[in-house]
Amino acid sequence: MGRERDDGSRPGAWRLLLNNHLAVSGLLLLLLIGLLALAAPWLPLPDPDATAPVDRLLPPLTPGYPLGTDALGRDLLSRLVWGTRVSLAMGISATLVAALVGSLVGLVAGFAGGRSDGLLMRGIDMLMAFPYILLALAIVAVLGPGLVNALYAIALVNIPFFARNVRGVTLGLARQPFIDAARLSGQSRSRILLLEVLPNVLPVIVITISTTLGWMILETAGLSFLGLGAQPPQADLGSMLGEGRKLLFTTPHVSVIPGLMIFILVMGINLLGDGVRDLLDPRLKSGALSRPLPRTRVERAQTPTLQEEPTSLLEVRDLHTGFSIGRQRYHAVHGVDLDLASGQTLGIVGESGCGKSVAVMSITGLVASPPGSITDGAVWLQGVELLGAPLARLQALRGGAVCHVFQDPLASLHPLYRVGDQLVEAIQAHQDVTRRQAWQQAQALLAEVHIANPAQRMRAYPHQLSGGMRQRVCIAMALANRPRLIIADEPTTALDVTVQAQILGLLQRLRQQHQVSILFVSHDFSVVSALCERVLVMYAGRVVESGAIEQVISAPAHPYSALLIGCIPTPGQGPLQTIPGSPPALDRLPEGCAFAPRCPRVQERCTEGEVGMTRLGDGRSVRCLFPLQAGESP
Amino acid sequence: MSHTPLLSLQGVTRHFGGGRYPWGARRPLLHALQSVSLSMAQGETLGLVGESGCGKSTLARLVVGLDRPSCGRIEWRGEDLADLVRRDRRALARRLQYVFQDPLAALNPRRTVHQALETPLIHLRGLERDARRQHLETLMASVLLEPHHLQRYPHEFSGGQAQRIGIARALAAEPELLVLDEPVSALDVSMQAQVLNLLADLKQQLGLTYLFISHDLSVVERVCDRVAVLYFGQLVELAPVSALFKRPRHPYSDLLLRSAPLPGKPSRVSELQEGDLPDPYRPPAGCPFQDRCPERQARCLREMPPLAPIGDAEGHSVACHFPLG
Amino acid sequence: MTAYLIKRLLALIPVLFGVSLIVFLMMALIPGDPASAILGAYATPENVARLNRELGLDRSLPEQYLVWLGNLLEGDLGRSYSLNRPVLAEVGERFSATLVLAGSALLLCSLLGLLAGLVSAVRQYGWADRVITLLVLVGISTPSFWLGLLLILLFAVKLPLFPASGMYAIYGGGDLWDLLHHLFLPALTLSLVAAGVIARLTRTAMLEVLRQDFIRTARAKGLSERRVVYRHAFRAALVSVIPVIGIQAGFVLGGAVYIETVFQWPGIGSMLVQAIASRDLLLVQGGVLLVTVSYVLFNLLADLLQSLIDPRLR
Repeated sequence: MGRERDDGSRPGAWRLLLNNHLAVSGLLLLLLIGLLALAAPWLPLPDPDATAPVDRLLPPLTPGYPLGTDALGRDLLSRLVWGTRVSLAMGISATLVAALVGSLVGLVAGFAGGRSDGLLMRGIDMLMAFPYILLALAIVAVLGPGLVNALYAIALVNIPFFARNVRGVTLGLARQPFIDAARLSGQSRSRILLLEVLPNVLPVIVITISTTLGWMILETAGLSFLGLGAQPPQADLGSMLGEGRKLLFTTPHVSVIPGLMIFILVMGINLLGDGVRDLLDPRLKSGALSRPLPRTRVERAQTPTLQEEPTSLLEVRDLHTGFSIGRQRYHAVHGVDLDLASGQTLGIVGESGCGKSVAVMSITGLVASPPGSITDGAVWLQGVELLGAPLARLQALRGGAVCHVFQDPLASLHPLYRVGDQLVEAIQAHQDVTRRQAWQQAQALLAEVHIANPAQRMRAYPHQLSGGMRQRVCIAMALANRPRLIIADEPTTALDVTVQAQILGLLQRLRQQHQVSILFVSHDFSVVSALCERVLVMYAGRVVESGAIEQVISAPAHPYSALLIGCIPTPGQGPLQTIPGSPPALDRLPEGCAFAPRCPRVQERCTEGEVGMTRLGDGRSVRCLFPLQAGESP
Repeated sequence: MSHTPLLSLQGVTRHFGGGRYPWGARRPLLHALQSVSLSMAQGETLGLVGESGCGKSTLARLVVGLDRPSCGRIEWRGEDLADLVRRDRRALARRLQYVFQDPLAALNPRRTVHQALETPLIHLRGLERDARRQHLETLMASVLLEPHHLQRYPHEFSGGQAQRIGIARALAAEPELLVLDEPVSALDVSMQAQVLNLLADLKQQLGLTYLFISHDLSVVERVCDRVAVLYFGQLVELAPVSALFKRPRHPYSDLLLRSAPLPGKPSRVSELQEGDLPDPYRPPAGCPFQDRCPERQARCLREMPPLAPIGDAEGHSVACHFPLG
Repeated sequence: MTAYLIKRLLALIPVLFGVSLIVFLMMALIPGDPASAILGAYATPENVARLNRELGLDRSLPEQYLVWLGNLLEGDLGRSYSLNRPVLAEVGERFSATLVLAGSALLLCSLLGLLAGLVSAVRQYGWADRVITLLVLVGISTPSFWLGLLLILLFAVKLPLFPASGMYAIYGGGDLWDLLHHLFLPALTLSLVAAGVIARLTRTAMLEVLRQDFIRTARAKGLSERRVVYRHAFRAALVSVIPVIGIQAGFVLGGAVYIETVFQWPGIGSMLVQAIASRDLLLVQGGVLLVTVSYVLFNLLADLLQSLIDPRLR
């Protein structure tokens, strides 16, 4: 499972699995039991079915009988080993049958879609309408007790699990562009199913096997326990337990020992299965499933002190935020300074991965942690140092003096609560008002952001609104408690152009009406220039240039800013500029200027030691040793 | 344009759903594309512009044969596309190829670049092993990638690189027409410029024809010769690029142009929310833009305006009762 | 909401139809002569002839099904030959005992599972999380029938706190205290495995939800962590946990077969085992049908509950 994915760039699947101690112990346990079971015919064990009435019900540790004997004087150890062999064989073959048939049904249904999908899945639904083991029981009732019949029954009732899981994944895959691409590459449907879909479905089949194998062994043992599986004299673990049950009060070991064996066997399977799942399930990889703390963890070496009385509303000094994934440390924000005066709008521009979002999310501690943490720097808002402030203080400011508007308004609103309730909650978190008053206020807010029929929209759920309307709701929520600062992180990126223009207009008006400062993050110079007075350009976790927006656009000083602006297609301009190479990996930032490897003006000094910010006058600064003069091109 | 166009669409309509349930109730009918007619000449780049849900991707899928029109006809050099597909499914793929919006999703995560690029060479071109190896190297070079990249998996590439692989895959079939479905909208600005320049070079080298779908007007203005504006599944304006950008005649085209932000320019659009898109399950009787149109009159509510030639620019047509002056 | 309810109820019809078809076909597919198979040990020639007439086995399969379905709708499930009484009477009597056991087990496993999963997620990687994770692993690896025997050994034999068996009827006999006394061990045994599954899923669902954008929004609003976790995250996690509780109902109803056998609980499960042993197939048919229908109805309830929480489903 996963050998074929060992492509050198990632640690091998086996090695990852072997790093998981629980999985390894499960694997060892299974190997041991499996070997024992396989070797049963050659082990020096007495005949498991040979009765010896004289030696009946001997306790464990009797000489000659390490685990004692049962009611017919048969050696329990020998019966246990042989029984394990039967149980394992049963469980594994039932799993294989169910996996084969179920996966086939799921693949065909998911890939064919339409009527055949409907028909197959209705059939599967019928099977699933029965309580799991009850159907198996009914089947055995009809076919008659016996090992093989029990195997069929257990396999049949597990087919739906495979069919449904595999169908779900196949259906998702069938809609993927790469399937269309394969079709356009001239592959036949059967080849697509075999070469493009199946390899992507295999992990799901393995995951489902790892979850169901344990059940199947339990359930086959269960049927035997009820006397419907293995028939005497043949025994599996379940039937041994079933026979021993009658003697529970007098000689408990006869039933306790086979039960213990089932438990150990299934435990081993589940331990290994969990390891396999962790390995194959992308959600569980890279710690994506760890719980984020209420605020970003702050691990500063020293607590900064304020040198002088802050003049700006917001001052960020030497901010360092990074992510620890495995042994790697990614320096997303690497010494960012930022000032924002009351009533001002500041744009932060940069390409994906430049750290612009992480920088602004660090201000109120909204960077998910783990894996994120702030390792240095300070943030002052109205004279309060936010990174060191107690959580309660921070919570009072969040949604109060400083508010956020995020990129994806659908994902940012709670899907299960009405828009009105979410607004009311925001108001009541910071103002001591009754629900009725808060509701009135919320409605007024919706009217203020120009949502038609606010009274009616208050009762709508987010999914019932259009994208533009949702973002208006988010902006209304940000305005709820008369904020001093709105942090907008790509608020129009997910929207259509015409809606984007409206939202930008709305933000412009609100800013003038409410005297609120806006910190606006975007990848798009054009969008930023529609709203902002000043702009910061970020590259590889640092601010490389700052200044008034018109000046930066018309006469960029940093070669990166100049090239980035040259990449924007504008009417009546020569060929588009391009930037060779790609941004540096954030876990291996180069010495000196991070842009040096891609810079057309690079000189030796650029790669030696830190490059600081140089003031250029006019409130402009640049992080470059050889900045561009006005009119010069890089 | 006296001779047969390379590609032409005649009254192409696509709806989803419809019909009746087994118990007789009507199934909801979704109009994705309504009676679109246009044609493309060899060597031109036609831009297809519109906002999400306007049917531009539906149109693209119809053109490359991934989907069939509910009614109407698509012709390739005067030949019915549906017939062509019926006769030889792969014939179409040798002439028309597609570049996807999300470059990473268009590559199978479990197959190497080599495997992805080899597939069209085997199945569409029927090349032998040696010829394939040669072609692969040329292909990689033409999209500015190194030969050793062939052995890598998609996740090892950046978005820009992945999109260049996507372009290489499309080019492997040596098509005449490329449908580019938002080829740069998932990319960063610097990558976007790389890919756009590459596309321009390839077009010149190989004499390709592009159907370029985008929501970004500044990109369209740079790369296209003509522009078709789609709104709510209908073609509302068709014009040479200079004519459209100088003087849009449909109020929606005008709104689009005014909405597009430009570097160094403040916003020019009212923040007021005009009406929404109409409900695609219940399209209005008249012009689909009626709710949002500042020029709306009574006639617009009743009558759907047909696409008709207008003005002095050749090839400029608009679907509006009261086109802008 | 009403429209959704009607839609769900309508969707029930084909499922119930399918269930009845499968149950019917099961009997029709018995190898050999069904009548003698059904009668098993009680098969005398005249009994076989009478049953063949009653079941209309001389007619075609579709006809047989229609007759069977007609009888079913009139509440006639045939007659049990081993007990010599109408199947419906026997099944109905037994069903209430199973319902008490499975119902309380389901309640118990939902409570235990949700609580353990929640604690586990909130205290991720803390000692509580580790202990719960281990217990869950043990829970889902333990054969429930063996666990039942262990609990009997422990709490009925070594420490005689609870009875090992001795439940004869749900109504009459003892009072509520007596019922609870008898119920405790079997209900606990039945619930533990399902509780493990629910706990595991709740934990995963919580951790997934806590990574969502709307949780970040809730924090950006300045809400207290308690409110974020319980009002925003838990509710969203419930949407994916409720269907799992629905599926667990199937495991609990099915698992009752073992537990009733171990604790000699007078429910449908132990009846089914006896009926299979004596090859009283009409009794098996009736029992399976009734439990399945109740499971289908329970899943409907779970669906409705889910749509009550999630407006997107309506």
